[in-house]
Amino acid sequence: MTTANAEVADVISRRPAFRRIRGGHVLIYFSIAVIAVATILAVFGTWLAPHDPNNVQLSYQYVGPTPGHPLGFDGTGRDLLSRLMAGARTSMFGPLAVVLMAMTAGVVLAIASAWRGGWFDTSISAGLDILFAFPGLLLAILAAAVFGSGLVAASIALAIACTPYIARVLRSAAMRERSQAYIAALEVQGVSAWRACIRHLLPNVGPLIVAQATILFGYAMVDLAAISFVGLGVQPPQPDWGVMVGQGEPGVLQGYPAESLSAGLCIVLVVVAFNLLGERLAERAEERR
Amino acid sequence: MTRFLLRRGVMMVVTLFASSFVIYAAMYLAPGNPLAALAGNRPLPPDAVAALEARYHLNEPFFQRYWEWLTGVLHGNFGYSIILKQNVSTLIGERIGTTAFLVCYAGLIILVLGIGLGIVGGLRHGAVDTGVILVSTVSAAIPAFVASIILLLVFAVNLRWFPVTGTNMTSSFPNRLWHLTLPAFALAIATMAVVARVTRASVREEQRKEHVQTAISRGIPYHYVVRRHVLRNAAIPILTVSGLTIASLIAISAVVERAFNVTGLGSYLLQAANYGDMAVVQGISLVLVFAFIITNTLVDLLYAVLDPRVALGEKAI
Repeated sequence: MTTANAEVADVISRRPAFRRIRGGHVLIYFSIAVIAVATILAVFGTWLAPHDPNNVQLSYQYVGPTPGHPLGFDGTGRDLLSRLMAGARTSMFGPLAVVLMAMTAGVVLAIASAWRGGWFDTSISAGLDILFAFPGLLLAILAAAVFGSGLVAASIALAIACTPYIARVLRSAAMRERSQAYIAALEVQGVSAWRACIRHLLPNVGPLIVAQATILFGYAMVDLAAISFVGLGVQPPQPDWGVMVGQGEPGVLQGYPAESLSAGLCIVLVVVAFNLLGERLAERAEERR
Repeated sequence: MTRFLLRRGVMMVVTLFASSFVIYAAMYLAPGNPLAALAGNRPLPPDAVAALEARYHLNEPFFQRYWEWLTGVLHGNFGYSIILKQNVSTLIGERIGTTAFLVCYAGLIILVLGIGLGIVGGLRHGAVDTGVILVSTVSAAIPAFVASIILLLVFAVNLRWFPVTGTNMTSSFPNRLWHLTLPAFALAIATMAVVARVTRASVREEQRKEHVQTAISRGIPYHYVVRRHVLRNAAIPILTVSGLTIASLIAISAVVERAFNVTGLGSYLLQAANYGDMAVVQGISLVLVFAFIITNTLVDLLYAVLDPRVALGEKAI
C-alpha cells in the first residue's frame, strides 16, 4: 500500500490551480470569511442564537419562515436558525480536536523517523502501513461500538486513522530538510537534536504543516458529520449539523427539506472554504521550496 | 518483478493478520458483558453463567479465543450473534451481495463519468474546461450523506423517478438496478469529482510532453496521438487514484445505506454498533477491512504492471 498511496497524495496535491478561474483571490477571501463566521458561531453561537435551540413547540411542526424565525421550524417545532447557530459548536470543535490530535502525532512521528532514520524509521513506516488498512469512518464506527456513541470516541478514532496520511507527507518533507547542509552544520556545531528539530527543522516544515492541517479539517468535518448523521456521534437533542441532516430526513420525504438542506449547506460551505484555503496554502508552501 | 510481487503479498498477509487482531482485541476491550445483554440485565444464577460461558467459549483465554475465531473466519464461520441468536455468516451472506452491488455500481459511475469528464476537460480548453473544473470542485465538496438527501429530495420526492428506499437481493436485476441508482450516485459523486480532477491534470501534463508535441508536429493525426501517447501515459495515475478511491467507498457505503434504508452490510454494521452486538460488528468490520486491503493491494499490483519502474524502484531500496 506504499507506492500507490504516495502517488495519490502526490497527484491530489497537484490539483489544478484555482488561479485559472478569474478572481481566484476572491475565492480565498470568501473562504476566510466563511471560516471566520463559522468560528464565531462555534464560540458564541449558543449566546447569539435568537431562540432556545431545544425549545419544542409541536404546534409549529415544519412551519416555514415567519417574522423572528427566518428559517422556520424543524419536525418538532424548534427554531431552525437557532439550532444551526448552536450546532456550529460541536460541528467545528470536533474536527478541530481531530486536527490537533492527528497533527501532533503526525509531526512527532514524521520528524522523529526522519531524524533517526534506520530501523526506527522502518518500524514506524511499517506500523503506519497497517494503520492505512483502516478507513477512518470504519475505525470510528468500531470505536462507537466499543466505547459507546459519542463525539469523543469518534474523534479519537478518526485522528488515529488520519495520522498515517499526515505522517507520510510530513516525513518526506522532513527528510528533505534533514539532508540539507544547515542541519549538518548545526550537528557539527554540537547543537542538540531537540534544539535542531524544534528551532530549525520544524519552522522550515511549518508552512506545509499548516496547509496539511487546513485540508485535514475539511476531511475530518465530513467524516465526523457522517458519524453524527448515522447516529453514532453527537447525540440528539443536542444540535449538530450532521445530526440535523439525519434528523431532517423524514422531513425531506414529507416535502419539508429545510432542516436537512440548511445543515448540509453549512457543512458544504465550511468544507469548501477549508479546502480552497488549504490548497492555496499548499501551493504557497510548494513555491517556497 | 517477482520480488515485488512477493513483497506485496507478504505485506498484504501481515496487514490482514494485524487488522484482524486489532478488530478482535478492540471488541475484547468493550465494557459490558454479552451475557448481560442476553439476560436483559436480570441477575443470572452462577451455574447458568458458567454454562453459558462454556457454551459461547467466554471462559477461555484471550489468545485461544482469538485463534479459534480467526480459524473459524477462514473456514467461513464468523461466530454467533448472541443477541440475534443467529450465525453471523448467514447474516453476512444475506447482505454482502447488496453492498457489493452498490459499491461496484458506484465504481462504474466513477470510472465512466469521472474519467470521461476529466478527459474532456483536459483535451478541450475554454468554457468546457472551466465547466469541468467548476462541476468537479463543487461536487468534490458534497459529502455522501448530503448528496443522499439532495438526490432523495430531487429524484425521489419531487420528480418521483426513483424509489425512496433501497432493496434486497431477492428482487430481479433491473429492479435492483432501479432501486440502487440513487444510492450509487450519492456514493459516487464526490469520488467522481476527484477522479475527474486527477484525469484532467494528468491529461494536461502528458499533452505538454515533448514526444507528444513532436508527434503532433510530424503531422500524426491528433486523435491517434491522444489515444496512443497521451491517454496511455495518463492512464497510470488515473487508474491508481480510481482504484484507491473506489476502495474507500467500501466504508462510506454504510452511511449511504443508512440514508436510503438499503439492507446491506454497512447499515447492518451501524445497527449492530448501536446495539453493541459485538459478534456482528467484528464479522462485518473484518469483511469490510479485508475487502479494502485486498482492493488496495490489487491496485498496487496493477500500478506496477502498468508502470514497471515501480517494481524496479523497489529493488533499489
